Amino acid sequence: MDFLNSILVKPFADMFGAPDFLLQVLWEGLVSGVLYALIALGFVLIYKSSRIFNFAQGIMVVFAALTLVGLHEKGVPALLAVPLTLLVMFILAVAIERVVLRPLVNQPDIILFMATIGITLFLVGFGEIIFGGENKVMITQELHIPTGSFEFEPFGGFVSIEQKDLTAVVGAIVLVAGLLLFLNKSKMGRAIRALGDDHQAALSVGISLSTIWVLVWFIAGVIALATGIVWGARAGVSFALEVIAFKALPVLMLGGLESVLGAIIGGLAIGVLEKLFEIYWGQPLLGGNTETWFAFVFALLVLLFRPQGLFGEKIIERV
Amino acid sequence: MNNANPAPAPATPILSVNNIEVIYDHVILVLKGVSLTVPTGGITALLGANGAGKTTTLKAISNLLHAERGEVTKGNIIFEGQQVQSLSPNELVRRGCIQVMEGRHCFGHLSVEDNLMTGAFTRRDGNAAIRDDLDLVYQYFPRLKVRRASQAGYTSGGEQQMTAIGRALMSKPKMILLDEPSMGLAPQLVEEIFEIVKKLNEEQGVSFLLAEQNTNVALRFAKYGYILESGRIVLDGEAKALRENEDVKEFYLGIGGEGRKSFKDVKHYKRRKRWLA
Repeated sequence: MDFLNSILVKPFADMFGAPDFLLQVLWEGLVSGVLYALIALGFVLIYKSSRIFNFAQGIMVVFAALTLVGLHEKGVPALLAVPLTLLVMFILAVAIERVVLRPLVNQPDIILFMATIGITLFLVGFGEIIFGGENKVMITQELHIPTGSFEFEPFGGFVSIEQKDLTAVVGAIVLVAGLLLFLNKSKMGRAIRALGDDHQAALSVGISLSTIWVLVWFIAGVIALATGIVWGARAGVSFALEVIAFKALPVLMLGGLESVLGAIIGGLAIGVLEKLFEIYWGQPLLGGNTETWFAFVFALLVLLFRPQGLFGEKIIERV
Repeated sequence: MNNANPAPAPATPILSVNNIEVIYDHVILVLKGVSLTVPTGGITALLGANGAGKTTTLKAISNLLHAERGEVTKGNIIFEGQQVQSLSPNELVRRGCIQVMEGRHCFGHLSVEDNLMTGAFTRRDGNAAIRDDLDLVYQYFPRLKVRRASQAGYTSGGEQQMTAIGRALMSKPKMILLDEPSMGLAPQLVEEIFEIVKKLNEEQGVSFLLAEQNTNVALRFAKYGYILESGRIVLDGEAKALRENEDVKEFYLGIGGEGRKSFKDVKHYKRRKRWLA
């Protein structure tokens, strides 16, 4: 009885007992959720347009952040380092298309997946050679990302919102909105969606595979840079960042591999739920540290009931 | 057989395929020397049963074979006076030769209008021109205009076929390789679609190479026809002549000479032997 009480009643009593703290927890969850969503978006775009499960998405986050900080260390002004990093990500996209994707076209999916593992290993080594393997600090101030925090006192309590988190959320929203607009309204975006639907038909109407592939890998690179800046500002820039990319896997299972909307909602849901679980169930009952595994267990449960994920594309079938 | 004296060579052909051989996966020989020409402004039919090699011929021309591990190993393909075997499909579309694939292949999750617009991917002549062509497509297929906002995956088979043809038109093609437009459609719709093909041919000057199993319809709309059997052209001629041909009548049009047949009377002979006799 006591046990049931501590699972089913007490957490909720705690939540409503201290609504200000609940708000704080929700906000923290939302911020990490935004980042998961961003990484998952990178996965989704590449998967949709080439059926490649891009294992390298995580390392691209690290690589982008490293390049940015590394360039700054070498004396490039911060605001110039950003476009330069974008240029590096573009060159990376072109190189991956030329060297890896093009020769492997028509190979089974698993081979392409293995190739992205190869890309991961390469980027780890390459990044270390050029920028060194030690941890770095994100150049938050140099990029004019506001620090400090807003403080509120709702419900007679206290909630603090860090400005850099707020910047991250706003930035992510702008990025995602821009991306959706691009996908739905532009010619290239239309071609990306077409390619996701029917490869052969896309080829037949003259959509150029290599152009689209470079484009989606570049977009994934842009997303990686954004994620890298934000996450780097919270946790520093190191190869450990790659681990957060694995959080994108449960997000993808939840959201479905092909759904942009799914990636966003899945990311936010995982971010918020794992925070809630950690604070209200994990710490009092399990001794904490549940954030490392909660998302995976949750995704597994979802998969049991909805194998295509919550938002996987419906297979249109005419009878 | 009347293939001994072929029809007079038409003016400048927009497309000529010379003795091509196609091999899939390095081992499976599918086309064993196919030659055909399509005159500029013509409608030419490529006929034959399942597995004869019609689709492979079209894909060899449009260069979609690579995506299926197929390869043209012999012969050449000339479009508007230039060899095109080594071009990418997208370059070929840019030059004005586009394929409408068998089974429609619409982009199911895109709206009908977005489907049409993907056809304009290779164009560089500005949005106004593309808009004009979209209106033109809607003129030919008024039904698509009504359904422009629907997801293509949920439209009917006929509408999907129209979408696929309209999408090809958006690339401003000089020539369309049309693969089995009648597949899975009601006879009335087949008629409607072929009428539109004819109109496009006459009014827009688009040349067509038409792969069909529905010999009857195809020979009524085409001017010239080739018959393909197991990777070889076995017969060709003016559409009218083919329609009158006894063998075509018997094998492809289902019109027997001597009344109703019974299985008892079926003669055992090799069809190919008779063709080549």
